[in-house]
Amino acid sequence: MAMEEREVLLRPDGRPGGADLRDSFFTSRYQDAVAWARKFAFFQYPFVTACCGMEYMSVTGPRYDTDRFGLTLPRFTPRQSDLLLVVGTITHRQAPILRRVWEQMADPKWVMSFGNCTNTGGPYDNYAVVQGIDTIIPVDIYVPGCPPRPEAVIDGLLKLQERIQRERVNRPVENIHGSVSTTRFASREEVALVPGPVEPHRD
Amino acid sequence: MSDRVAEEGPEGAEAGGAEANPLLRSLKERFGERILAIEAFRGDATAVLAPAALLEVATFLRDEARPAFDMLLDVTAVDFLGRRPRFEIVYHLVSTGDASRVRLKLPVEEETPSVPSLVPVWPGANWLERETFDMYGIRFDGHPDLRRIYLYDEFIGHPLRKDYPKQKRQPLIGPGSQGEAGGQGGGR
Ligand code: SF4
Repeated sequence: MAMEEREVLLRPDGRPGGADLRDSFFTSRYQDAVAWARKFAFFQYPFVTACCGMEYMSVTGPRYDTDRFGLTLPRFTPRQSDLLLVVGTITHRQAPILRRVWEQMADPKWVMSFGNCTNTGGPYDNYAVVQGIDTIIPVDIYVPGCPPRPEAVIDGLLKLQERIQRERVNRPVENIHGSVSTTRFASREEVALVPGPVEPHRD
Repeated sequence: MSDRVAEEGPEGAEAGGAEANPLLRSLKERFGERILAIEAFRGDATAVLAPAALLEVATFLRDEARPAFDMLLDVTAVDFLGRRPRFEIVYHLVSTGDASRVRLKLPVEEETPSVPSLVPVWPGANWLERETFDMYGIRFDGHPDLRRIYLYDEFIGHPLRKDYPKQKRQPLIGPGSQGEAGGQGGGR
């Protein structure tokens, strides 16, 4: 092999160089690589209903710039999204809509509860407001605050990413309709409880 | 401060009383006994009237009064639970000409919580009256489309009535809803 060709090889960190082939690749586990790709490329669906929406705009705008952490590309269809951001007060009238949006999202999917209203009902303990969206849909990460500060949202995002990195491909499971799906990653702890070999997830 | 209070009288009513307000005076002159009471408080004029007189008074205020009250700002109600009559419907009118305001109040009995709809006079009354119906169960006779506006059709009762149980929840889905397991009656 010609010397010149060797010169353009890139190191794993992107710097050019490395005559030795061992510098041009790194080994990882399949599951780690998939989780790494997923946690840095969220396709978010902002379900924004109330005043927390202002803080959502702030944190996703250029100043706090969640693009840096992979929270990019709002998709205004749940079918193209994998992170549901529930931002603002959810009323009982809204609840069936929220659940339907969540059901329409393809797996794997995550839910961030953004603000006290979505966490617990917030200041509203009355006839109209759902007392925490986790009574309707599963929630992966709760961000407190009324509204949360941008730093809190980013902290929650990073914690969610840590969690996704720990998730493991689950074996295909039969859902209640009888069809088989790899509904979502199980966490490492959950995998430990599953007997038998863990099959790789096929995308 | 004490001087002002002395001028305004013990209730803070305007000097000269409500009779000094030209608008209230003209209402009183024109509708007589059907205006049950008038009051003026720190520049706010209020007329209490019998429900039967509402449409006439509203039309008069819109067309003949000077300034003309061309805008219905709000319709709401107050529940004086335990008092008779139990409800009071409140209309806020404003004149876009000189920004003057007047309030109309209608005492309504609990047994027949209904008043004439003002949609024929101010079309903007439509959603305001639907809200008052939704929250207080007041019926507006002649309203073209008297449905709930904020709450869902499955909701039973009217939540801003003082006898609506504070803790009562009526979720559509999730804990406590009809036909779903894990009901706790009152959400979490
Ligand atoms: S948590 Fe506070 S800021 Fe956010 S939607 Fe609720 S009331 Fe508004």
